[in-house]
Parts: sequence; C-alpha cells; structure tokens
Amino acid sequence: MATRAAAPTEARRRRSHLSPVAWIAVVVLVVLLVAAIFAPLLSPYSPNANDLEATYGHISAAHWLGTDDLGRDLLSRIMYGGRGSLLGVAEALAVYLVLGLTFGVLAGYLGGVLEAVVVWVADVSFALPQIIVVLSVLAIFANNSGAAMLALGILGAPGLAVFARGATRTVREELYISAARVSGLRTVPILVRHIMPQITGSVIVQVSLFSGTALLFQTGMDFLGLGTQPPTPTWGGMVAEASTFMGRDIWMVMPSGIVIVLAIVAFGLVGDAAQDVLSAAKGQGPTRTPASRIATTSQATEVVDRDETLAEVSDTARLEASREPRTPLAHVRGAEANGVRDARSDVPRGDGVLLSVRNLTVAVESSGASIVQNVSFDLRPGQCLGIVGESGCGKTMTALSLIGLLPDGVSATGGSLTFRGEDLRAMDEKQYRRVRGSGIAMISQEPISSLDPSFTVMDQIAEVVRRHSDMSRQSARAEAMTLLEQVRIPNADTVAKRYPHQLSGGMAQRVSIAAALAGNPAVLIADEPTTALDVTVQAEILQLLRSLRETGLAMILVSHDWGVIADSCDAAVVMYAGQVVEEAAIANVFEHYRHPYSYGLMESNPQFATAPRTPLPAVPGTVPPVGEWPVGCHFAARCQFASSECSAAPIALDQVERDHWARCIHTDQVANSAKVGVA
Amino acid sequence: MLHALIRRLLISIPVLFAVSILTFLLTALTPGNPAYTILGYQATPESVAALDKSLGLNKPILVQYWDWLTKAVHGNLGSSLFTNQSVTSLLWSSIPITVTLIAGAVLVATVVGVPLGVVSARRARSNGQVVDAVSLVGFAVPPFFLGLLFALVFANELNILPASGWIPPHQSVTGWLRSIVMPILTLGVPGAAIVARQTRQGMIETLSKDYVRSLRGRGLSEVSVVYKHGLRNSLGNVLTLLGLYVVGLLLGTTLVETVFAIQGLGSLAVQATGQHDLPVLEGVAVIFTIIVIIVFAIVDVLRASLNPKLRTR
Repeated sequence: MATRAAAPTEARRRRSHLSPVAWIAVVVLVVLLVAAIFAPLLSPYSPNANDLEATYGHISAAHWLGTDDLGRDLLSRIMYGGRGSLLGVAEALAVYLVLGLTFGVLAGYLGGVLEAVVVWVADVSFALPQIIVVLSVLAIFANNSGAAMLALGILGAPGLAVFARGATRTVREELYISAARVSGLRTVPILVRHIMPQITGSVIVQVSLFSGTALLFQTGMDFLGLGTQPPTPTWGGMVAEASTFMGRDIWMVMPSGIVIVLAIVAFGLVGDAAQDVLSAAKGQGPTRTPASRIATTSQATEVVDRDETLAEVSDTARLEASREPRTPLAHVRGAEANGVRDARSDVPRGDGVLLSVRNLTVAVESSGASIVQNVSFDLRPGQCLGIVGESGCGKTMTALSLIGLLPDGVSATGGSLTFRGEDLRAMDEKQYRRVRGSGIAMISQEPISSLDPSFTVMDQIAEVVRRHSDMSRQSARAEAMTLLEQVRIPNADTVAKRYPHQLSGGMAQRVSIAAALAGNPAVLIADEPTTALDVTVQAEILQLLRSLRETGLAMILVSHDWGVIADSCDAAVVMYAGQVVEEAAIANVFEHYRHPYSYGLMESNPQFATAPRTPLPAVPGTVPPVGEWPVGCHFAARCQFASSECSAAPIALDQVERDHWARCIHTDQVANSAKVGVA
Repeated sequence: MLHALIRRLLISIPVLFAVSILTFLLTALTPGNPAYTILGYQATPESVAALDKSLGLNKPILVQYWDWLTKAVHGNLGSSLFTNQSVTSLLWSSIPITVTLIAGAVLVATVVGVPLGVVSARRARSNGQVVDAVSLVGFAVPPFFLGLLFALVFANELNILPASGWIPPHQSVTGWLRSIVMPILTLGVPGAAIVARQTRQGMIETLSKDYVRSLRGRGLSEVSVVYKHGLRNSLGNVLTLLGLYVVGLLLGTTLVETVFAIQGLGSLAVQATGQHDLPVLEGVAVIFTIIVIIVFAIVDVLRASLNPKLRTR
C-alpha cells in the first residue's frame, strides 16, 4: 500500500517544481506540434501557392512571416514543414524509447550477461559516428528520411539503455522493490508498476537531449538535400532554399532557421528542467550540463561523504535561498538578539590569550536563522579546548568561522574573533589567507576527502610548506618529509609518493595533520578528527594530537564523543542547538557538571557507563532543526528538569563557580541529581 | 595509462568492424544493382553481368566482405563508381581539410570555453543563468544556420572574409587563414558554449568539495586553489565532453563544408550519398571511425594523466 501511494506523490511534487521557463518551453513545443499536425486547417495559405506579386516579402498583415522567392507564404510553409521535421523526430524517438528502455530496464533489473552486453554495445555505440550510418542509409534508400531517422533511433538506443540500466539498478536496490519481489510479484509487474515511474525523470532528460539531436539530424539532412525533396516544405530545406537567395534578401532564411533553434532550445530546456527537478528530489544542487550527464555514463561518479552537519546546513541554505527573496543581513538577529546578555561575554580577554571568541553569531543569509548564537571562549597557547555536542549543534560552524571558511550562504553576523590581538572578522580574504595555515590550521572529519585526489602526498604538503616560507622546491620537499616523520608515518618516503586514494583512513588523517602543520600554525582546529576512523586508529591519532601539544601548539578539538574530549582536553565547551550551554575546566565538567545536557551526553557515553550490564541511557528526542529553536531554553523539550520558567524567556550563560559557566536555571538540581546518579 | 589505452583498443576494434560490416551490409542490401548505377538503367543484362563479375558482385556476400576487408587493410578502398578515381586518393585530398576544421573547432572550443567556464564558475551566483542560456542557444543553433549567419555578416555585409571556398596553405597562408575562419568559428562557437557550461559545472562541483576547503584552510593562494587544484580536478569531464563533441563535429563538418563549399570528407560523403557512390561513402566511414578512435584514445590518455585513479591501481 505504502509503496503504491508513494509514487504518485513523488510525481506530483516533481510537476509542481517546474520553472516558468520550462513551462514556456513545453508551450513552445506544443504550439509547434499543433501547428504542424493541424497545418491543413490552420495555415493561412497552401504551402506551395505561388504569388509572384509578393516575392521576398517581409513581415506583413497578409504574410505574417513574409514570403519566399516564389511568393509562397513562409508561415504556412513552416507549419507544413514541421510535419516532416517533427515526424522524423517522433520516429527516431519511438525506436530510441522502445529499444533503449526495454534493454536498459531489463539489463538493470536482471543484471548478468544481458547487462554486460548492453554496457558493451553502448560503449561501442558512443564511438560510432552516427552521421556515417545515417548517410549510408540515405545512400541506399534515397531521400527516405524516415529510414534514416529509424537508424538514428537504433544508434541512440544503447545510450538510453545505459541510463535506464543505471536508474533501474538504483531503484532495484530500494527496500520496497525487494519487498515486492519477496512478496512474490513477478518481474514484469514490478518493472511496469514500480520501476518505470521511478526512472521517468532521468528518461525525460535523455529523451529531450536526444530529440534535439534528432531534430538537428533531420533538418541537417533536409538542408543537404538528402531528405524530403522540394517543393514539399521542410525546415531544413527552407533554410537551404533561402540560402541561395541570401545575396538578394536576408530575411527569408530567418523564420525557418529560428524555428529550428527555438525547437532545439525548447527540447534542451525541458531536459534541464527535468534534471533540476531530479537533483532537487535527490537533495542535490542543480547540475545540468547536457554533456555532464553523458560524461557520467561511462565512468562511475565519485561519491564523497560530506560532513553531515555541513551538508544539512548548506542544503537548508540553498533551499531557502531558492524559495525566499534574500533578506538584508540587518535583519539577522544580532549578538543580544536572544534577549539576554550573557555574563560570559563580558569577561575580558585575559593576558596571553591566543584566540578569543566573543558573542560569535553565525546565520543563514537567506532566512536570517542563526546556527550559532553568542558563543564565547578563549584559547591560550598550548591549551586544548574541546567543543562537544551532538551533530546539528553548531560545533562545526563555530570551528569553520574561526578559520573564515563558512559554506556559501552562511556567514558570521555578530561578535568578535581576535587572534594574536588582530580582529579576524575585519580581515579581507587576502589578509585572512595569511592567517590560515600559518596561524590557524584545520583538519577535518573525512581525512581522505580532505586531500586533493590528483596530487601526491608529497606535492600537497610541499606546496603548503613553500606557501608559508621562501624555501626552494628541494628544501620544501625535505621539510615535507620531516613533517611526515613527525606525524609518525611509517615508510614516509613511500607514502610520500602515494595518491590519497591509495591511503588508509588513519594514514590520510596523519597526512592531513602533516599538511596542517606545514605552515607552522599556532592553533590547530581538529573537527571530529577520529570519527571516521577505526577504533584502534582513533587512539593512535589522538595520541599523535596529544604529542603535538608538547610543541606548544594550541588545539580546538571538536567532537560528539566525551571520551575523546576527556582524554585530550584541558577545558571544554558544551554546545546545544547553537548555544554554549556549559563551559569549564575539563575536571569540572566531568565531575561537577551543572547543565542537564552535559549530564545526558555523559550518561549516554559507553565509556562512562555507570554500571555494567545496565542499558545505556540515551537523551530522548533530537536536536531541533535550525530556525525552529525555542525562545527559552533550547534544551527544555528534552530535559528531565524542565519547568515552565525554562521556556518562558531566554536563559543566560551564568557563572556557577570560578571559570565555570552554565546556561541553566536548575544547576543546583542537576548537581544534586548527579551526585545521586554517580553514587 | 597503458591500461586505459588497452581498454580503448578493445572497444575500438569492434567499432571498426561494426562500421565496416554495417556499411558493407548496407551495400549488399541495396535494392537494385550498383552496376546499373555505373552503366545506367538502359544497360543490357550481359553488360551488367560482366561488370558484376569484374566488381566481384557475383560472389557470396561474405567473400565480398573478405575481399573488401583485405584490400582495405592494404589501403585499397576501391574506386568511385562515379568518377572512377581511387577512393584512397579522394580521401587523401580531403582528410587534411576536415582534420584542420575539426582541430580548429576543438581549439576554439577549448581556448574560449574553458576560461569562460572558470570565470563564470567563480561568479556562479550572479551569472549562472546567463551562462546557461547562452550555452543552450549555442548548442541549439544548427551549424548550417550559424554558418549562413556568419557568411551574412562577414562576407555579405562587412565583406572582410570570403563567403566560401578553401585556399590551400601552400598557395597563400593568409588566404588559407581567411578561408578557414568562418567554418572553424561555425563549428567552434557552439563547442565553446558547451565546453564553458561543462567547465562551469565541473568547477562549481569541484570548488564545493571538502578538499578545496582544506586547501583554503592551509592558506593556499586563490590562484593555486582555483587553477591548479580546482581546474585540474574539473578537466576530466571536460575532456570526455570534447571527445563526444568531436563525434558530433563529424555531422557539423558535413554541414559546414557544404555551406562554405569546401571539399572535405563531409562534403565528399554528402556527394557520395546523393550519387549512391558507396565505395566512397565506405571510405569516408572508415576515416571518420578512425578519427573518432584516435580522438577517444587521446582523451583516455589525457584523462589518465590527469586522474591518478585511472592510472594507478
């Protein structure tokens, strides 16, 4: 039931997404088609009616599109000409669809030998010059453009088959298809009822591209005089006729030429629209190059895992950007917008502080919704500060804003970032580039996708070394080798020659760290540096990061894992839904936590499980999405201590003891219960 | 690198066979006897039989194919049914012309398209739709119409370029250059449009990758991030596109050579088609196929040199 209901909903959603331009394209195609089909009824003149009084006419009331050298009405000829031209496209399309879909869907669904054959035939067909086959057909069946277009359809079909196969394979893997198979539905009903509707979108894209090509062939052959013969009008033939009179009159070539362009553009736009709807349905940004679609047939597309939080946020940003007119940044809620002044933000920057963050607010530009609100903390030389919280709490955004690399559509809108006494937010791109790498460096969650796949390890590290020093190529390479050894890569000289795809995750993370250290930074931001790694490797990387601190490197460690933070950090900032909810020295956070969220996070961490063989408690509920944060305490909905005051007004981040801050009005309760819980 | 070439070769051999068998089969299936094409329809059955024998048309089809193939491998593609000139010599005189046009078009498409694509990718937010629209129209204007429009402007109105014809470079270099400007632009401008679009797409995709943020995070200059790392990682698909573009150019040159009255492979094929001169058409088919195979091989090698994943295992 559910599966049957899902398909039409999907289809309706797609239709409603069509842009006005796409609608115009559809209308143009329909008009051309109707004009051609009903030409005998609609055309003002007979296509071959001469009027030698009115030759070479331009636009006039009698002849809307003018007349040709024999005084024949161009509009009427275009309407009649459309019959042959569009019929040819239809013939080619019919063959293309029947062959391509049948073989493609079967190949995708059944796999095996059929699939291998289809892929091979398609590979061969891509390298086959279609023009030569079409010409050969025309050499044998003189002026029979129908036969030529059938041949074109056959030649194009393997291309469609490959697409249909790909789309079918994707759908086949989906759960409800397996369910249908298990429940005993036979192959053909599954294909017709479930798979065909799902692949319609990608097929439309291919069909529109192919239609454009077919029309180009059809009109081209008519232009060359190899198709339908005069006086029967065809679009291509009309261009050819007009071209011989171009010395005398230049208008005559325009109507037929422009109609061809119009039709091909319309086909292209329909394809683009289908592609956009498809990408939107898949939650990707629009990618719409006709060629890129072709290009991806023969090679597998690379799938790169992205930082989830980031992807979500930038997708939200993109979605909102497309829906709403942009609001000026002034609308964005400022540092005090949540209506309460945190005492924390008034704490002056202490002596010897390396990096100081005050009231940092980050927002989605289009909607003004904030992702990070009023975050403040200080980092001293050699210190390691942990930022902890679930995904979607703004940890990564906080980290990225420190290095000035927030994703498109998201920007820091308030607060100050001070690094070595300089205001980072006031810097332009060029000045910021001096800080990145040599002042503040960053390593990210996915080590392999954070390295350029096209360059060797050595090239990538040496480039950073040279960027931040005036070393020669040679000494930069020597320095890079030293760095690789410093991050304890075994066989550094072999690894140096490798490409990222030849590295294991742990090795890639070491290389990333080496690249981050290459500019000799004072601060290293490590965003979930071990999340994507195996447990044993995690420990090694954490060990490495700890050892780096001995050189005086300050570190900001972003993690959802209390264990990681506890092992490595001196102090921690706990973030929930864009806000700092607790900040303290590491021992304080662990032993005297005052915010229920810190408590919940710790309780749900297997490393700190209170008793063996008892179920691990989890914090109920999920982080509310950006833009839906409540006015009062963001955590109230999930909090066991919540009372009515919690939701009434914004809660301030207040000092609970020296250098210990919590954003909660029930800190005492939390502290008491914790004692009970631990005991 | 070698791996890519071998793979390409494994596809190329069947392609050559497919083309040769296809064109040959079509010849064999031709309604009516080619002898009549040569002798005219008033020919006596005796003279037709005699010609059949001398052309080998009375043999079984497979034997005919084998004969044609062995000769073709030795460079003998028969002679035109119409002018009796050897097909090989007809091809030799046309190949340089068509190859010049294709090379010129690819050059224009790349030199104009890639920088345009990069620039527009960097200003993606403001000009995306303009680039999309321009490149769609570029893709949609059929070469024969675009050629006529160019001729209208540069030959008829401005009178600065010859409207048609081909001047061999050994006759006059400037004359040659002037004669190829319009045909090459006609073929190359739409190419530049689609290359720009692909480059733009590729660059936008690449520049949104994690590693680009990492490169920026390491403080690399914008020039290095965009041109060294970004462009290099975007060019693979552009190369694939260029390969497919060249296949499309074979239709393009056919039309453009006709528009500008240039005696290249394309116009040769069109005449052969009109005159049912199948040996000539088969010859052009073989050359077109070889051109495609060579181009795809070049694309494969270049792609492999750009992308270590295609090179190393």
